[in-house]
Amino acid sequence: MKPGVLATLASHFLLLSLLAFGGANAVIPEIHRDAVVISRWMTDQQFADLFAISQASPGPNILIVTLVGYHVAGLAGALVTTAAMCGPTCVFVYFVGRVWNRFRYARWRIVVQAGLVPVSIGLIAAAAMVLARAADHNWVAVLITLGTAALAYATRIHPLWMFAGAGLLGLAGLV
Amino acid sequence: MAEHVSDSAADVPTLSQLFLAFLAVSLSGFGGTLPWAYRMVVEKRRWMTASEFSEVFSLCQFLPGANVVNFSVVFGSRMRGVPGALVCFFGLVGPPFGIVLVLGALYARFGDVEALGRVLAGMAAAACGLIAATSAKLAEPLIRSRAFWGWGIVLAAIVAIGLVGWPLPWVLLGLAPLSIALAWWERR
Repeated sequence: MKPGVLATLASHFLLLSLLAFGGANAVIPEIHRDAVVISRWMTDQQFADLFAISQASPGPNILIVTLVGYHVAGLAGALVTTAAMCGPTCVFVYFVGRVWNRFRYARWRIVVQAGLVPVSIGLIAAAAMVLARAADHNWVAVLITLGTAALAYATRIHPLWMFAGAGLLGLAGLV
Repeated sequence: MAEHVSDSAADVPTLSQLFLAFLAVSLSGFGGTLPWAYRMVVEKRRWMTASEFSEVFSLCQFLPGANVVNFSVVFGSRMRGVPGALVCFFGLVGPPFGIVLVLGALYARFGDVEALGRVLAGMAAAACGLIAATSAKLAEPLIRSRAFWGWGIVLAAIVAIGLVGWPLPWVLLGLAPLSIALAWWERR
C-alpha cells in the first residue's frame, strides 16, 4: 500500500476528529466531500452504501470512518482512519475529564456548550441532506427516507426492521 | 469498618467486567449506542448515578469526537484509571471494528453483484432517514425554547454544508463563534 495514501488518510481524519462537535454524524458531509468530491476515492453510490453498512452494524457510529479507510487502503487504511478519528480526542477527553469538575459549572463553559448545540444540530441535518442526495435517485427512495425518518422519530421500532424493509424494497427493484 | 472498605472495593468493577459491559453496549447499539450505555452503567450495574452519568456525558458532548467513545474513556478512567479507559474503549470499538471490516471486505468482493446493490440502495435510503430523525429529536428542546438565534444557526449550517457544500473547517470557524456569542448575548 502506498504510504502517501495512509498519511493523507491520517491527516484528514485527525483534523476531522477535532471538528466533530456533535459526534461522528456531524462530520459526515465533510467525509463525503473529501472522499467523493475532492479525493475521488469512491462514487456517491459507494459512499451511500458504506454509510448504510455502518448504520446497520452494531457499535458506535464512527464506524463509517473505518469503512472509508478500508475502501481506500484495506486493513491498514481502516486502522489508520479509526485510530486518527478516536486516538487524539480520547487522550484529550481523558485529561480534561480529570479537571472537568473545576469548570463544569463555569459560565463560559455553559455558554460555549449552549452555542455549539445549534451548530451540531444543523450539521447533522446537513448530513441527512448530503446522504439523501447521494442515495435517493428516484421517488421510491425519497419515500423510504421520509418514511424511515417519520418512523424513527415517532415510534420505538428497532432500526434493523427499517433496514430490513428498505432492503427488501430495494431487492424488489423499486429503488 | 473493615467490612465497609471491602464492600466499597467490591463496588468498583474489575477490568474484565468493564470490558464485557462495553462489549455488550456496543453489540446492542444499532444506530446509536448512548441509550445502551446509560442502561448498562446506570440502570443495570449501578456503577454511576443518573446525575454522574449526565455530568460525564455533558463533558463528552462538549469536546469534539464521537460522544460515546469519549464517554467510554472518561468512565473507564474514573473506575480503573488508564487500564480502565483502555478496556472500555476496546470493548466498545474493537468488536464492531472487526464486524465492519468483515462487511467491508464482503462489500469489496460482492459490491458489484446487482442484487446486493439493490438491497444496499434501499438500506442507504433508510439510513438517511435515521439521521434526519436524529437531528429532529436533537432539535426538539431548541424548537420549544423559542431561541430564534439558534434556529438561525441551524438553518445557516444546513445551507452552508448541506446545500452549498462549503468545507466544514471554514463553516465552523464562522458559525461556532457567532453561535457562542449569541448564546452569551441571550444569557447576559
